[in-house]
Amino acid sequence: MTNKAGSKPAYELLGLRASEYDDICSRLGREPSYVELAIFSLMWSEHCGYKHSRPLLKGLPVGGDCILQGPGENAGIIDIGDDFAIAMKIESHNHPSAIEPFQGAATGIGGIVRDIFAVGARPIACLDPLHFGSLAKARQRFLLEGVVAGVAAYGNCMGIPTIGGEIHFEDSYEDNCLVNVMCVGLVRHGGILKASASGEGNLIFLIGSATGRDGIGGASVLASAEFDETAEEKRPTVQVGDPFTEKKLLEACLEMRDRGLLVGLQDLGAGGLSSSASEMASKGGAGIDLDISRVPLREKGMEPFEIMISESQERMLACVEPHNEDSVNEVCARWDLDATVVGQATASGRLRIFNAGELIGDMPVAALVDEAPTYVVEPLRPSHEVDEPLGEDRYPQPADLNQTLLTLLASPNICSRRWVWQQYDHMVQTNNALWPGGEAAVLRIKGQKRGVAFTTDGNGRRCYLDPRRGARAVVAEAARNLACVGARPLAITNCLNFGNPEKGGIYHQFKEAVAGMREACQALGTPVTGGNVSFYNESFGKAIYPNPVIGMMGLVEDVSRIQTHAFKDEGDAVLLLGGARPAVDGSEYQLRIHGEVAGRIPDVDLELEKKVQSLVREAIIKGLAKSAHDVSDGGLACCLAESAIAGGIGAAIELDSSRRPDILLFGEAPGLIVITTAAASLEPLLELADGLPLKQIGRTGGGRLSINAGGAALVDVPLAQIKRAWEASLEAIVAGNDAPAGS
Amino acid sequence: MSTLPQTETRTVRFGVVIFPGSNCDADSHDAVGTFAAAAARYLWHKDTGLDGLDCVILPGGFSYGDYLRSGAIARFSPIMEAVTRFAADGGLVIGICNGFQILLESGLLPGAIHRNQALKFVCRLVSLRVENATTPFTNKYNQGQVIRVPIAHMEGNYFIDAPGLASLEQHKQIVVRYCDESGSATKEANPNGSLANIAGVCNREGNVFGLMPHPERVCDPVVGGADGRGVFASIINSITQART
Repeated sequence: MTNKAGSKPAYELLGLRASEYDDICSRLGREPSYVELAIFSLMWSEHCGYKHSRPLLKGLPVGGDCILQGPGENAGIIDIGDDFAIAMKIESHNHPSAIEPFQGAATGIGGIVRDIFAVGARPIACLDPLHFGSLAKARQRFLLEGVVAGVAAYGNCMGIPTIGGEIHFEDSYEDNCLVNVMCVGLVRHGGILKASASGEGNLIFLIGSATGRDGIGGASVLASAEFDETAEEKRPTVQVGDPFTEKKLLEACLEMRDRGLLVGLQDLGAGGLSSSASEMASKGGAGIDLDISRVPLREKGMEPFEIMISESQERMLACVEPHNEDSVNEVCARWDLDATVVGQATASGRLRIFNAGELIGDMPVAALVDEAPTYVVEPLRPSHEVDEPLGEDRYPQPADLNQTLLTLLASPNICSRRWVWQQYDHMVQTNNALWPGGEAAVLRIKGQKRGVAFTTDGNGRRCYLDPRRGARAVVAEAARNLACVGARPLAITNCLNFGNPEKGGIYHQFKEAVAGMREACQALGTPVTGGNVSFYNESFGKAIYPNPVIGMMGLVEDVSRIQTHAFKDEGDAVLLLGGARPAVDGSEYQLRIHGEVAGRIPDVDLELEKKVQSLVREAIIKGLAKSAHDVSDGGLACCLAESAIAGGIGAAIELDSSRRPDILLFGEAPGLIVITTAAASLEPLLELADGLPLKQIGRTGGGRLSINAGGAALVDVPLAQIKRAWEASLEAIVAGNDAPAGS
Repeated sequence: MSTLPQTETRTVRFGVVIFPGSNCDADSHDAVGTFAAAAARYLWHKDTGLDGLDCVILPGGFSYGDYLRSGAIARFSPIMEAVTRFAADGGLVIGICNGFQILLESGLLPGAIHRNQALKFVCRLVSLRVENATTPFTNKYNQGQVIRVPIAHMEGNYFIDAPGLASLEQHKQIVVRYCDESGSATKEANPNGSLANIAGVCNREGNVFGLMPHPERVCDPVVGGADGRGVFASIINSITQART
């Protein structure tokens, strides 16, 4: 094997181990050519080959009555009845966004949107969970602004509403921001496309943008190693997005689908042509011959390996029967898109690369796609994970609980996200049944009574303290969010963000989190339809909080019977549902007020959770619940404040005094929901609860939020004051001013 | 806003232009479809035939990606020649958001658009005051009525020179202005810095209307409101009136 760059062997420069290189040689029966080695290095990268995750992911539940397509295709597909189905997928674009936030985020959207229309679905929404370091630092504000602008630029131009997501700020993401992107699409059952190439002699079309040197080894290289001081030099590996071309590509592909012109369709993402062609051949049980001399190029003098691994954006690969060649050309010409026959399907089971007729690569498809080596690492439980929760008296009690509430409401993790979602077109396509900022997004299906609901959830801090409990809690919270709008959860997609899995501590976190996710998905009946693993979110040896992010979809039977978290009327009963016992461990209160992340988070009772969620859903559908809000970051006090702010109505609350006031107000535990109901509905609601923990804790009304316990006033603040603290915070921080907490 | 009786056939014919990069074409098409008296068909940007149409809609979106000034390329589309003739013959033309920008670029409406004052894309519900309820696009509203309609744009900051503004005022060509919920056109209620809180203008003849807000997005209470129905109801009303 010739050595292109001096002392190190070529395989090592491409990120392969010596044992992997030997493995490749034995599969080929010879040493690989450089173009072959480059292709193997991509396909066997962590990003494409799932080398550290595959063995563990096998344990996740994937089947279900409504699952039309599980993991393995470009997106999962869920049946929602009457011939309609939802395609969904979440992915990470963490590493590119950390280097170039605008283009990193924009091309993240572009990639996930292509995954959705590759399965034949029309993208109907995006949701974007984002995690950054503390906004006190200018670089983090730069990253936030860039990422939000990038999401907006791409999604808005495509005409796909961004309807949800979440944003968290923790120091642990300072050098490795998380930019996860989720897209969902709508498809009729008959319109579903597979990413397969089959039928000997069928044509392989490359459609869309020309291929350039941009993003050579971008996603796969960036996502398969830790960052160090050379990160800045990797900027050229970040691709540049062109949403206009992608919009044309979307319309042309769906038109070709409608006209039955496509045998299979696959997007070009990480790994470029190498990955797309070999995966199409693999799924079709076929082979593909490619002639790279036919690939339209952006610049002269590109090497064969560069053409094969380029990650230029806005390209699709289609398998087409020869008699449809003219029709494909006609549709693409009408949309002013390049469409070029670059190869054909074969029965060889091999990916063969030609350059103007000369064979320059010949590899078994199975070796590329299915046979990347897997690694199991000895897990090592980190010392910060403890068995016992913290004692209740670990921290001093704040003297002024009103001020504590205002500080928490102004926390970047709790305050209004309006500054973000106003930059996203969240209404285009006119299906939005709820405005952003609530528990979950709900879209109607035009012409149908039903709708679909979506949410994303992640909580790295909890997973850091206990990855198994944390993952169980995250899945349960996503389902609870859907229940709180009146939806029935059907399935999840996941984006697993972790550090370097070669280290025992990280491998432990990953293994435990996957186990927790499995338990919760099984208990709640929400199988996994696919997703993405993002490892090596680590810089200078310091990893992010382990963060399995869940995207969940649910079904709404009647879109006119949904609910928001806003208080609706004066004089409604306020009730607390659920039996969880709040704790300070891992809470926003612990971090923000006491400056610590420690202890052991409470576990979620999944059996009770399931019952609590169906109760809240039933209550909404029957019209008994006039608002529902999950108790989450900032505890019960912040939950009540948010509902009061959203409704413009205060509340008077009376709690029992068995706990320390600060934990009563701001402690967190998964499984609690605040609901309101009209006085006349109180009895029927309690009857419906049928013994589940549900009790009245107060009444809505007035212009203040007051919370008493055992006769003592804990909190008593005017609504206008909490509204100001919650609303103005993010805008002020981004503008470089201090948060007006409590001012 | 009431619709015409269901017994009416769909006699008022709308055409919705699809430029490459349009993304509110389907929304406009679907909004028209909720009116019993109206039907919509799509028009391809390379087409030139507008036969049999009563009203042409230039929808929102990012025509040609809007990598250049918004609407600056779309104005050269073959269909824009046909639209210009159609307007000269008195046909009704409405441009929404990017469609408004295209009408400005093509000279069918006076003025120009700057980038939003805050330099950010903004998507939210705003209040609009109907300044002229006598146009073919607003006759089902009351003069001075305040309606809630969403905006979604990066470049909606309308501008015209002083004589141009005076002329707009004089000929009642300012059709809608941004206002607060009580109807005052205050600086705070202006979401993009547009001159004199202008949200939409018509030509002097009154048959070409452009606006930044999206009435097609609020034609169904299920998705957040129905205040936009008046625009389509007005068009249908004026077409049917003209026929009788």
